[in-house]
Amino acid sequence: MSDERIPLLEASNVTKIFGAVRALTSASLELFSGEIVALLGANGAGKSTLVNVLTGAIRPDSGHVRIRGREFKAASPTDARQSGLIPVYQESSMIPDLSVADNLRLTNTEPAPFRYWLGELGIGQLGLDEEAGGLPLATLRILDLARALASEPEVLLLDEMTAALPTDLVRKVLDVIRSQKARDCGIIFISHRFVEVAAVCDRASVLRDGRTVGNLAIEPGVEDRIVDMMLGGSIDAAAARKAKSADDRAPGLPRLSAKGLSAGTNLADVSFELHRGEVLGVVALEGQGQDELFEVLSGFEKPSGGFIEVEGNKVSFEHPADAIEAGLAYVPGDRAAALLMQRSVRENIALPFSAQVSAWGAIPVKREGERVAEAIERLQIDTRAQGEVRRLSGGNQQKVTIGRWIATGTKTLLLFDPTRGIDIRTKRQIYPLMRKFAKQGASVLYYSSELEEIPLVCDRVIVIFSGRIVDTFNAGDADESTLMRAAHGLALSSAEAA
Amino acid sequence: MGFFRRESWNLGLVAILALLFVLTKVVQPNYGASGIVGLAQAALPFAFAAAAQAIVVIVGGIDLSIASMMAVTSVAAAVMMEGASEGQAFWIALFILALGTAMGALNGILIVLTRVPDIVVTLAMLYVWEGVALMILKAPGGGASDWLMGLPIGSIPLPGVPESVSSFLPKALLLLVVCIAVVWVPLKRSKLGLQIYAIGSSEQAAYRTGVPVKRSKVAAYAIAGLFAAMGGLVLTASTGIGAPIPGPYLLASVAAVVLGGVVLGGGRGGLLGPIIAVFILRLVRTILTFLAVDPNVTTIVEGTIMVAVVMVGGVLALRGRRRSAA
Repeated sequence: MSDERIPLLEASNVTKIFGAVRALTSASLELFSGEIVALLGANGAGKSTLVNVLTGAIRPDSGHVRIRGREFKAASPTDARQSGLIPVYQESSMIPDLSVADNLRLTNTEPAPFRYWLGELGIGQLGLDEEAGGLPLATLRILDLARALASEPEVLLLDEMTAALPTDLVRKVLDVIRSQKARDCGIIFISHRFVEVAAVCDRASVLRDGRTVGNLAIEPGVEDRIVDMMLGGSIDAAAARKAKSADDRAPGLPRLSAKGLSAGTNLADVSFELHRGEVLGVVALEGQGQDELFEVLSGFEKPSGGFIEVEGNKVSFEHPADAIEAGLAYVPGDRAAALLMQRSVRENIALPFSAQVSAWGAIPVKREGERVAEAIERLQIDTRAQGEVRRLSGGNQQKVTIGRWIATGTKTLLLFDPTRGIDIRTKRQIYPLMRKFAKQGASVLYYSSELEEIPLVCDRVIVIFSGRIVDTFNAGDADESTLMRAAHGLALSSAEAA
Repeated sequence: MGFFRRESWNLGLVAILALLFVLTKVVQPNYGASGIVGLAQAALPFAFAAAAQAIVVIVGGIDLSIASMMAVTSVAAAVMMEGASEGQAFWIALFILALGTAMGALNGILIVLTRVPDIVVTLAMLYVWEGVALMILKAPGGGASDWLMGLPIGSIPLPGVPESVSSFLPKALLLLVVCIAVVWVPLKRSKLGLQIYAIGSSEQAAYRTGVPVKRSKVAAYAIAGLFAAMGGLVLTASTGIGAPIPGPYLLASVAAVVLGGVVLGGGRGGLLGPIIAVFILRLVRTILTFLAVDPNVTTIVEGTIMVAVVMVGGVLALRGRRRSAA
């Protein structure tokens, strides 16, 4: 890479302050044509802000952005588009109430190249008359990408594009992204998954606390250095220790048992036991029935067959409040569904606690305050922006959703992909927290889409494929490839499970 | 199949309307051509108010100043037309339409620039326009040109069609269809129309895909102002004078929009539904009047119908979605 060339896109010393929060203090980035650069950083490091600056959605306080050496002052996303900079944001930009065809019209996208890219990405058969709002999230992300590619971008900005995609689609997306290098397109790729970064990126640019702290070429073994840069050496690596084996499981009645649970067509005859002091992992590919399982356990949906026992007593939930009453607290994958985004951290954590108070009673503010403070302390929630939860980073928001239940003294947590889209630092804080929580006698059901964290958190793991439990492992034996095979329904014959 | 699903709400409304016509005929066997012509004339200002409200709601907003804008345009037309020649009156009518558009645009500009919520801005403008109307004309008065007054009155004498048939075709309906279609049909096909739906559906996604959100919003409010001005002209035409006190058109417009299948919050629905809804609500009134029901009970019935229809519609939509998902 000769550095004398003029970069396709260059950001230098970009700063942005929101009220009291310094989102970017000195962010810099260089992107040459035909290059894929990973933009990495823990949550709250400023990635999203930098993306918004580059796409014209936010105006920086100072610093420069240049395209092909020319100063670029994007006042709106439209300006950025006209300069050939096309973003695919973390959330879909498809207008839900419009058909796919109308969504294309809105951005003046030609249907022919769009169709071509849909085909390349494996959903060429999709009807363009479909209303976008009715399509699954993964499909919407593919549509976003296909629309971006169809406009032949000079700079393509992919922000957590792969987060919501199943494994087979991720592979197709990565293939397509790689093919863009030949077109001299420059790509900024943001992902929390190192495997993906290693698979497609040439270089990585690392942000920490709003500052660009490193630029390095992707080569074998670079992951550790990137992690160090992202973390700034502040994390005790030993914190993420290996889980205990399942043998020292607490005796007595299981905290929660599912007996032949079925729900609609997606969940069939699922039985398992969750014990005191245990973290039970759930592994499944996208859409194998894990959503329904959690919805049934948390009282959002009634099972069409089977039943649930808590501490040996058969229970039936009419309403999520019944599940909470029975000590089952559900933390959904979509944080926005669990939080009062415009209220404070304190109120969010105290919410289930105040719900315990009789409806007419006064809220015991002092006791509540103590519990909240304790939860914030235990979870190390970054409270720089505690006035409004929506201004916290994703990782800190997730800590709030978990923290509220810990503060309430819940005995059983149902965590649905709690680390999705969360930075590694927060992840490494959440793992030991769950272990500690279990050690104190609580139980955790832990669904994760990231297989490598299963052995770090769980005691045992059940694998769901096509609505059924197909395997059970001791987490210690469950390396990624074993789990991956089982999750694809490949290990059905090999009954090596515990 | 696609047509039926897409237009299911409007088809349902048409069915209700047809049912109500039958009911009217049962209650009052004399009901016929003159009744229908009278219904269309009475519904006309309500229909324009509903169209104005609908487009603002589709873009994701609400306009509380519609009835006041109708009052301003109505009195402005009455004052200017008093004593004016027929030719002048035509230009005055055009000016009034432009005035309404400008007033609507001002609403939109204030909302976009001040970032004060639309409900607050248009509430404030409700009072402002009310004051303006009273400044133009202190008491009902002024005049209207004869051709304007003739526009919505009577039925359409179609050549070659026997009068027994043509007498069922109110001029007011023709006027309504022409006025709405001239604005709405091209808009619905234009980029601007698409952008208005996009903003109402998801403002953030629209902004990120490069939709000029502010400009399109102002345009939507301006078009609402245009429809309000049409409503104002119709008011002057039907009474021959201008009345500075706003009529009951604001809440009626919101009711028609809700009943007409436009989702409060934006992005869904059209103008046809709310206009059919206006006729439904008017016809219910007619029936209850024929039945000599206490007028106070009438409003209770109207409110009940609104909630019931929206609720039943919601349940049916949910069922339909379940079935298509399975």
